[in-house]
Amino acid sequence: MDGVQLLVSGLANGCVYGLIALGFVLIYKATEAVNFAQGDFMMLGAFVTLGLTNAEYLHLPFWIAAPLAILIMAFFGYLLDLLILRHLFGQSQTAVVILTIALGFVIRFVAGVIWGHEPQTLESPLAFGDVSLGGVVLGMADVAVIVVTVLLTWSLYQFFQRTKLGLAMQAASQNQMAAYFMGIPVKRVQGLIWGLSGATAAVAGILFASKGAIDPNAGLLGIKAFAAAVIGGFGSLPGALAGGLIVGVIEPFAARYLAAGYSQIAPYALLLAVLVFRPHGLFSQVRTKKV
Amino acid sequence: MMGAPLLEVRNLESFYGPIMAIRGVSLSVEEGQIVTVLGANGAGKSTLLKTISGIMDPEKGSVSFDGAEIQGEEPHRIVSRGIVHVPEGREVFPLLSVDENLSLGAYTRKDRSAIERDREMVFEYFPILAERRHQEAGTLSGGQQQMLAIGRGLMLRPRIMLLDEPSLGLSPLLVQEIFAILGRLNREEGVTMMLVEQNARIALELAHVGYVMEIGRIVMNGDADRLMQSEDIKAFYLGQQEAGQRSEKRWKRKKTWR
Repeated sequence: MDGVQLLVSGLANGCVYGLIALGFVLIYKATEAVNFAQGDFMMLGAFVTLGLTNAEYLHLPFWIAAPLAILIMAFFGYLLDLLILRHLFGQSQTAVVILTIALGFVIRFVAGVIWGHEPQTLESPLAFGDVSLGGVVLGMADVAVIVVTVLLTWSLYQFFQRTKLGLAMQAASQNQMAAYFMGIPVKRVQGLIWGLSGATAAVAGILFASKGAIDPNAGLLGIKAFAAAVIGGFGSLPGALAGGLIVGVIEPFAARYLAAGYSQIAPYALLLAVLVFRPHGLFSQVRTKKV
Repeated sequence: MMGAPLLEVRNLESFYGPIMAIRGVSLSVEEGQIVTVLGANGAGKSTLLKTISGIMDPEKGSVSFDGAEIQGEEPHRIVSRGIVHVPEGREVFPLLSVDENLSLGAYTRKDRSAIERDREMVFEYFPILAERRHQEAGTLSGGQQQMLAIGRGLMLRPRIMLLDEPSLGLSPLLVQEIFAILGRLNREEGVTMMLVEQNARIALELAHVGYVMEIGRIVMNGDADRLMQSEDIKAFYLGQQEAGQRSEKRWKRKKTWR
C-alpha cells in the first residue's frame, strides 16, 4: 500500500519533470540549442496562472485563467524567438545557451518583483482533497497531474504525427537544409516550436502549482528535468517523458529507503550511470547518415 | 522551344564565406530541356544551385524565372514558384517514413487529390519506394535514398528541378538506372531539369545542353552532342586518350580555354 502511494506521488512529480524535459527536447531538436530557462518558463507559467486566477490578483475563474496562461506563455515563447533568438542565427550554440541562462535570471527577478518572493499557493480546483481507491489514499492533485500529462502527451503525439505543421516541425528538426528545400519556412516553424515549448511549460507550471506552493525559485527544478531529459535521450520526446518519470519515481523511494544524504543525489547518480553506459540516453533516436 | 527561357541566370556572383565561388555565371534553361553543368569539385556548381534556390544570396547578377526576378528571395517563396532543389548527398528526413518524406515534398501544395495522384506517379517510376513506403527513410540504402530525394522533389510537381550530383557515391549500375528514370521523367512528364554533375559522360548522354564550369566561371557551352565530341571535354572530363599521331601526353595538353 505504502509502495503504491510512493509510486503515485513519484509519478506525479515525474510528470512535471517530464513536461519540462519535453520543453528542453523540443527546443533542442528544433534549434540544437539547450534552453536553460525552461524551468523558469514553468515557474513563469505558474505565476501567470496564479496572477490571473487568485483572489488577490485578477480573480478570473480557473478554467478561463488556465487556457489563457497557456496562450500567453505560447506567445511569450514565440516572441522570445522572434525578437531575440532569431538574431543569434549563425552564432555558436554557446551564445544561445548563455543567453538562456541569463534569461532564466531575468525571469526569476521579474517574477519576484511582480509577485513577491514569498511562497504562494495557486487556487486550483485540481488541488482539492484526497481520493481513496481500495484502501490506498491518493492526493487528488497527483491523480490530476498524471491524467493531464497523459492527455497532453497524447495530443502532442497526434499533432506531430497527423498534422502538416507537426510533420514540418519534425522535418525541420531532422534536416534543416532539406526542410528549406521543401519550402518549409524554417524560421517561422522554429518560432512556433518555441511557442509550443512555452505552452508545455505553462501546463507543467499549472500542474506543479496545483501540488504545492510556488516561489520564483521554483524554476530551479529545471535542473532535475534536464537530468531527466539526458537520461531519456536528449533527442527523443517519449524519452524525455520517460526520463522525467524515472527521476520522479526514484526520488520518493530513495528518500524512503536510503540514508538522508544519499537520496538527494540518486537522480544524478542515475544520470552518471546512463552517461557512462548509454551515452545517447535510454531512448535515443540515433541514425547515422548513410554515405 | 520559343520565347524567353524558363530560367535565366545573368552575371551571377556569389560568395561562399570569403571565397568568391561564382564569378559571373550566365546560363539559360528552356522549358522541357535538361541542361547539365559539368565541373570538378569546387568549381562552384553546388553554390550556383543554392543561389538559384535561395539558400544563398547572390552578391551581384540576376536570376529570372518565368519572367520574374527571384534572386535573394526567401527559399520557401522560391519553392512555391515551382523550383525544387534535390540536394547533393541525399538529404532525406531520416526518422520519417518514405510516405511522410514524400508528403513534405508537396508541403507548399494544397490540392490534395492531385498530390495523391503524384504520389502514385512517383511510385510508378520508383517501385521500390512503394514497397518501402512505411519504412524510416534513414534505413534505406544509398540508392533508395537518392530515389526518395528525387521522388520527394517530384511531389512539388516542379516547373524545374535542380539536381545536385544525383550520381554521387552510387554504383555505376545504380547511376545508369537513376539516369534512365530521369530521362523518362523528362520525356513522359515533361519535367525541366538543371543537372549538376561530375560524371560528365552520363550527364551529357542525358542532357540536351551542357555548360562546363571551372573555378566559378562558365568556360564552355553548347549542345550536349557537340560537347561530347569536343577534344577538351574528351580529354579532361571523359578521360579518353586520343590516339593522335603525335600521341601527346595528357599532362602536356593545355586546355584551349585557358
